[in-house]
Amino acid sequence: MKLEALPWIILFLPLLATAVITLFTLRCRTKSSLISISAVVAGFILSLVYIHANGWHSEHTETSRTWLSIGDLHADFGLKLDALSLMMLLIVTGVGGAIHIYSFGYMHEDKSMARFFAFLSLFTFSMLGIVLSNNFLQMFIFWELVGVSSYLLIGFWFEKPSAGDAAKKAFITNRLGDFGFLLGILMVWGLLGSLNFGVLEAVMTTNPAALGCCATLAGLLIFCGAMGKSAQFPLHVWLADAMEGPTPVSALIHAATMVAAGVYMLCRTLFLFDANALHVIAYIGGFTALLAALIAVQQNDIKRILAYSTLSQLGYMVMAVGLAGPTPAMFHLTTHAFFKALLFLGAGSVIHGLHEEQNIWKMGGLKKKMPVTFWTFILGTLALSGVPPFSGFYSKDSIFAQALHQHNYVLFTVAVLVAALTTFYMFRLFFVAFLGEPRTEQARHAHESPKVMTLPLLALAVFAVIGGFIGIAGLYGAQFHLEGESLTLAQQFLEPLHAPFALACGLGAVIIGLIAAFILYKKAATDPLPARLGWLSRAMRDRFYFDEIYQATFIRAHDFIASVCDLFDRWIVEGACIGLVRGGTDLTGRALRLAQTGNLQTYALLFALGVALVLYFALGK
Amino acid sequence: MHAGLEHYLTVSFLLFSLGLLGVILRRNLLVIYMSLELMLNAANLALVSFSRFNDNLNGQVLVFFIITVAAAEVSVGLALIVALYRRRQSAHVEDLTTMKL
Repeated sequence: MKLEALPWIILFLPLLATAVITLFTLRCRTKSSLISISAVVAGFILSLVYIHANGWHSEHTETSRTWLSIGDLHADFGLKLDALSLMMLLIVTGVGGAIHIYSFGYMHEDKSMARFFAFLSLFTFSMLGIVLSNNFLQMFIFWELVGVSSYLLIGFWFEKPSAGDAAKKAFITNRLGDFGFLLGILMVWGLLGSLNFGVLEAVMTTNPAALGCCATLAGLLIFCGAMGKSAQFPLHVWLADAMEGPTPVSALIHAATMVAAGVYMLCRTLFLFDANALHVIAYIGGFTALLAALIAVQQNDIKRILAYSTLSQLGYMVMAVGLAGPTPAMFHLTTHAFFKALLFLGAGSVIHGLHEEQNIWKMGGLKKKMPVTFWTFILGTLALSGVPPFSGFYSKDSIFAQALHQHNYVLFTVAVLVAALTTFYMFRLFFVAFLGEPRTEQARHAHESPKVMTLPLLALAVFAVIGGFIGIAGLYGAQFHLEGESLTLAQQFLEPLHAPFALACGLGAVIIGLIAAFILYKKAATDPLPARLGWLSRAMRDRFYFDEIYQATFIRAHDFIASVCDLFDRWIVEGACIGLVRGGTDLTGRALRLAQTGNLQTYALLFALGVALVLYFALGK
Repeated sequence: MHAGLEHYLTVSFLLFSLGLLGVILRRNLLVIYMSLELMLNAANLALVSFSRFNDNLNGQVLVFFIITVAAAEVSVGLALIVALYRRRQSAHVEDLTTMKL
């Protein structure tokens, strides 16, 4: 392997940036942001250099140092550099770099900009750590680091109570998933005796039944981790609230990278899952996709619509993994990173231009005022909806084809339905927020964002358009040993024709969604759906009452257990045990204090009596 | 009547007891200090008489040391008492209870 040191440098550059910012330049906004931006951009360039030198599929893909060795547990600190992680490396540093640059414009007015960039670099470091890990233990550590940096960034405006609550909710919900993940890791280690992905894969390939009767359980426990990070049902509730963070954070963490970590982890460890576990994963993914798409239809906050859309697309990816299709899953993850980051940054540009207005019904008529944002946003919308030949079309189509290939017609139907809903809610957002007449004074006085914000939009838009046929799917395909031949550009362009039924259904869904959105929202001043759907629309708007249900069941039960523990602690531990010891010591102390008169002569008398007593016992007998 | 060891020791014991009583009962620091000296000299007397009756010079050597050290100790102690008096305008032990809680 050439340039072995490069990946280490790429990994630790952002950490170095965090350290330098927090230790030295916290007072200087420009310097801090430049340090952070240059760390991630340098990472991107060095990644390109490394890939150029080694190619995507080199023979030797690991570089590691022994980190700890306790008994039978040998944990390395190592980097795995195959096509899967190299592609993720490019996504994290590339999309992340665009978002860093954008943040420079977006956060310019904020007084804690240096702190923001320190957190952003910490996040980049943790995310790179997950992507490059070659073993479960290291991945888990970075997994938690990502959780922490996400917590810090969601709660960045901590003076707002809602932001603090959202940060806590995200962190705690993730911890629930991580608990299962940790149990799964321990189970795998206990049964297979190793944590290294390469070793585990070799063991599972030679002996597929190595996990025995615990295979399904171990798989589902590991999936718990992905369920938390990738916000799958029933742990999906945190993602929408996480939109309390600054918009670049929503783009970077809650759309392009962190939430993708769950899917990435599933693809990385796919060999561990047996058929039953995959089945459960597929259905949870499909259900999440449908649920989130329905909720997105009736949201009015521009960021929340995108958040539920993210949930829905993550559901697609998880479903694809469950259908034994890591290639479509990773393909969709990659294209989704491009267009969803683009959409979030576009939304951020709109919010910036309208002075922190997020309600789409208070926007409108932005085409002339914000041309760059308008055009890039429509490209992102087309890509997300799956209109050919934009990137989302190819990746979504590969998921449909995978569902058909597995003869899972239930999930295929769900996927097509979700595609129609996706087009519908995205064009609802687009028609209402961007077209028509300005609905408020703020929308009338909207202004385009500065260059530093629009340039990243343009860069991401390019990839959102061409991402579908530049060989990304082929790279992942070769990684998962599914297809050997590499396709030319033209072949990739026409790839969906191999599964004409999936193609037709996908296009039909897009057209239906588009027409429905056009009829309902082209000239709408208010939302016509609540009148037509009644209670269903209310349920969608209120997110199917999941927060309320959790509040009434889990949180109530948790509060009850907590109060019992509190009583036990207060009366048994504190009152009886500690109280007795403390009271006894106190009383003895008070009694003994009486002997201390402070008078010299009392001490002299006692001293003399003591001496007399000693003499009596020593000599008198 | 020939004076034996027990006579010397009795005197020494009486001196020591007087000194001890003085330390315990008197209130003036200077007097307490003098009583302490009395106890030291009672011990000296016992040592010298042991030395005399055992035909051994060790006790006498020890007495020299005690006298020397006592001289040094007296100078330090008196200096402390004088300093204390200047600060408090009193040399009575009942007033020295600042260490008490």
